[in-house]
Amino acid sequence: MSLPMRSPAPVAPVEHAPLPAPAPIAGPFAQLAAAFRKDLLLSWRSRAQAMAVVVFGATALLLLSFAVGPDAASLRRFAGGFLWVALLFSSTLALAESFRAESEQKAMEGLLLLPANPVSLYYGKALANWLQLLLVGVGLLPILIVLYDPDLTRLPALAGILALGSAALSAPGTLYAGMASQVRAQQVLLPLLLFPLVVPVLLAAVKASSLLLLGDPMGQAGSWALLLAAFNGIYWPLCGLLFSKVIEE
Amino acid sequence: MAFDALPQPSVKAPKVAAGLIAAAVVLLGVGSYIGLFVAPPEHFMGEVQRIMYVHVPTAWNAMLALTFAFVSALFVAFKQDWKWDARLEAWLEIGVVLSFLLCMQGSIWAKPTWGVWWDWDPRLTTTAVLCFAFVGILALRRFVEDPVKRATWSAVATIVAYVDVPIVYFSVKWWNSLHQTQSTPQTVSSAMVTPLRINAFGILFLMIGLAILRSQLARRKLASEMAAPLPETANVGGVA
Repeated sequence: MSLPMRSPAPVAPVEHAPLPAPAPIAGPFAQLAAAFRKDLLLSWRSRAQAMAVVVFGATALLLLSFAVGPDAASLRRFAGGFLWVALLFSSTLALAESFRAESEQKAMEGLLLLPANPVSLYYGKALANWLQLLLVGVGLLPILIVLYDPDLTRLPALAGILALGSAALSAPGTLYAGMASQVRAQQVLLPLLLFPLVVPVLLAAVKASSLLLLGDPMGQAGSWALLLAAFNGIYWPLCGLLFSKVIEE
Repeated sequence: MAFDALPQPSVKAPKVAAGLIAAAVVLLGVGSYIGLFVAPPEHFMGEVQRIMYVHVPTAWNAMLALTFAFVSALFVAFKQDWKWDARLEAWLEIGVVLSFLLCMQGSIWAKPTWGVWWDWDPRLTTTAVLCFAFVGILALRRFVEDPVKRATWSAVATIVAYVDVPIVYFSVKWWNSLHQTQSTPQTVSSAMVTPLRINAFGILFLMIGLAILRSQLARRKLASEMAAPLPETANVGGVA
């Protein structure tokens, strides 16, 4: 559309065509899907940043192996624990990043003015964070295998634990990242709030992963997976309910 | 409606608090005297067991304080009332102090009894995790300058952290366990129950008195924060 630079002569006021009726506001699930897609698209466009998160996790895995020393048996024994510590540290970077655009460009206010439903925004973002954390976890697996040489016979079950555990990090993590992104000391605040909260996640995920990597003669990994599922069952609805209080004035 | 009327500091509250604290001092004095000098030493643990007379009342009251913080948080989140924000701040701080004391007393008792300062027992670990979680919320309150955001966010974080308590407890319980099995008044000699109960009420009165004073202080701070700013272009000393 181009506007004329100057009108040639005074003319009669133009009859404006009536404005088209506003598009119907999409339902909550369409909004959720849009928010999910937007977050993944933003992450894809800044994939160097996402890659840096994986590299950070890999560095953590490498450094943690120095804490044990070159003894192969001990390394194998601690592999499950170190995987989750590395993923937890990486998650604070990924979660903080997911709100950077929203706080820098005040995009969250724009989204709320659309008006977008805060509950849909939360679930879109939390699901996108879940997927990204899961990808970070999967990305760390080859490094774990090379450095710690664990038993790989139960890899599919381990992927299931990774999915449950990263979901449990994402639900409260997205809520707290939303808070922390609006505060000056966000790098300190997010881990300070998130780490004590996810102690049960860390415990259950480490136990289950270690059992899967070392052998599970008593079949205990399932009950730890159940604990992770219960944590998810509590925190996904609760954080969705509370998120609107965090982002609305 | 969101956070309309600022609550005025009450004139009566400090007097009530002073009365409660005085009663607490008397109760704690009597309870500690009975606990230290009158009650018999425990058969297996000996004199070390006497720490129970402060440890168990601290545990009860720490949980109670954090439960009060959770209730205040619910009121802040869903009623949006400044009064409850002041109470939330008071109960959070008291809960953190009591759970920290609880960990310290537990360590002092554990060293001669179990031979270690720390053990990964469910109650001990849950208390430590709680202490860290609520210290994080106090930090959040320091970092957020906007009073409305500070009130709402710390309420949200308190609700989220409090819901975690049973999950932490059961996860650690399955993970590892070695604590004293819980005693009940039926399994404990009455000479031991009396000082325990007196001290429990002593700490209860003390903490309610302190909570009243702390929430009055929070009200005053809030009033000064929310006061209209002074006009910027004041003519001082007649200089234009």
